[in-house]
Amino acid sequence: MSNSYFKVIRAGINTTFQDKGRNNLYHIGIPFSGVMDNRNYLLANKLVGNELDLPVIEFAYQGPLLKFYGDKVNIVITGDVVFKIRHNDKEIDGNCYETYELKNKDEINILSTNKSVYGYLAISGSFDLKLQWGSCSINTKANIGSNDGKKLENDQEIKISKINENTNKKKINYLNSKIENIRIMKGTNFDYFSDEGKKIFLEKEYTVSKLSDRMGMRLEGSKIENIVNTNIKSEGLLKGVIQVPADGNPIIMLSDHGTIGGYPKIAVVASVDYDRLVQISPGSKIKFKEIELSDAETLFKLYEMETQNLLSQI
Amino acid sequence: MIKNISNLGDAALYCDFGDEVNKEINSDVIKYFNSIKKNKIKGVNNLTPSYNKLIISYDLKVTNFREIKQEIEKLSKSEDSKIIGKNLEIPVCCDKSFSLDLERLEKKLNLKKKKILENFFNKEFFCYMTGFIAGMPFLGDLDEHMRAQRLETPRVKVPKGSVGMTEQFANIYTFESPGGWNIIGNTPLEVFDSSKETEPNLINPGDTIKFKQITLEEYINYNEQ
Repeated sequence: MSNSYFKVIRAGINTTFQDKGRNNLYHIGIPFSGVMDNRNYLLANKLVGNELDLPVIEFAYQGPLLKFYGDKVNIVITGDVVFKIRHNDKEIDGNCYETYELKNKDEINILSTNKSVYGYLAISGSFDLKLQWGSCSINTKANIGSNDGKKLENDQEIKISKINENTNKKKINYLNSKIENIRIMKGTNFDYFSDEGKKIFLEKEYTVSKLSDRMGMRLEGSKIENIVNTNIKSEGLLKGVIQVPADGNPIIMLSDHGTIGGYPKIAVVASVDYDRLVQISPGSKIKFKEIELSDAETLFKLYEMETQNLLSQI
Repeated sequence: MIKNISNLGDAALYCDFGDEVNKEINSDVIKYFNSIKKNKIKGVNNLTPSYNKLIISYDLKVTNFREIKQEIEKLSKSEDSKIIGKNLEIPVCCDKSFSLDLERLEKKLNLKKKKILENFFNKEFFCYMTGFIAGMPFLGDLDEHMRAQRLETPRVKVPKGSVGMTEQFANIYTFESPGGWNIIGNTPLEVFDSSKETEPNLINPGDTIKFKQITLEEYINYNEQ
């Protein structure tokens, strides 16, 4: 056990520990959770020389201000994030995807995510976290995960159990691409909606609502008319499923979604677009584009190859 | 039997067992659920059984729709799929402080309290599914004359352990949570224990449940034994 720790001077808006998430618990009502943006999670761990499945700190919009106590540790921030690092009385602007060495009493101040939602902080080593069902991932709605299932709070300490020695400074050049067209496949209740409703769904723009979080992304725009039934018998949900409740506004299920639900499923987001979907900030416009299953599978493969290629450059 | 298999997005199989909600169809869902769990299909990372559907999600990095569909079709031919259910007794106290909606139910169902409880405690329930909140069991079926709609305005907080009724189902609130079910009592039993690494939930799909009425004194002493 190292004696190093971070003091949380400002926790930020929604700062949690996350990792790859939990498998095989949907049937008892526990969602997958885990990092929202998987690619940025993997890149963060790789840059600090960790195993790829170690816990990281995930933040949304405004991140935390942390003060380090200990000898030294390497850190990295991934995503599209504005942050500063303070060493003694000197403050420098930080670059994402570049590691920094923090010394005793240095501070990292994560000011904001830039026209995106989530960012990640990884350290060269491991946070001292209790896993629950094989994962540290915090689900604040169900109080599951490390830190008693709660988001980080001001003044708490984050203990570090291990710091890797001999880690070199690393960086890559990576620019997060943004998307407006979300590729989807028809859902199991696509035909619950009127022809006009389907047309609206596939052709009109939607605005991402402020009422979006790790559970779901609410959309506002033209209402989608249901001509069969605004309820179905409750059945399983998955991340990326788009439900349309009686009010006609679509909701996209995200990583902390409830495991079962009773609203018709109009569509499902293609896995290839999930990392970039979750980064679309409230107020932004999105449009849906229908693709076939085989295209979705191929596109995901290419995205996965690209991720592996990035990781191999580090 | 599975009537139709389709894809739900690119990382899940949607097995449709029909539209009705009854024990027979649900037993089929649970048989498949148990059988897939036992056979450990490569890449499958989650199963969600519900009244008449089974959703099988998989890791698209490892497998795909076509492969999993083939596995499931193979499985449907094997006979090894008996339902393995436990018989459980759940103690419930219906003291006034717990039975938040019993008076409302008297009016809704046009039945005396005594009759409602008599019917409820004589019933043998079947667990159709668990979920919505962690470990919450959906237990059926209540008799026709015992079926009531949800509260018009859901409660912001339903106490942990509350036992509720809606339509043909009874359930147990495993955590304090918002909810609209008609609450008739409370169980001192830990139905979901999040400190357990394996099997945190007491009740699983396919289990048979009987509720047993206990007094307030028994309720208070329950966890001290």
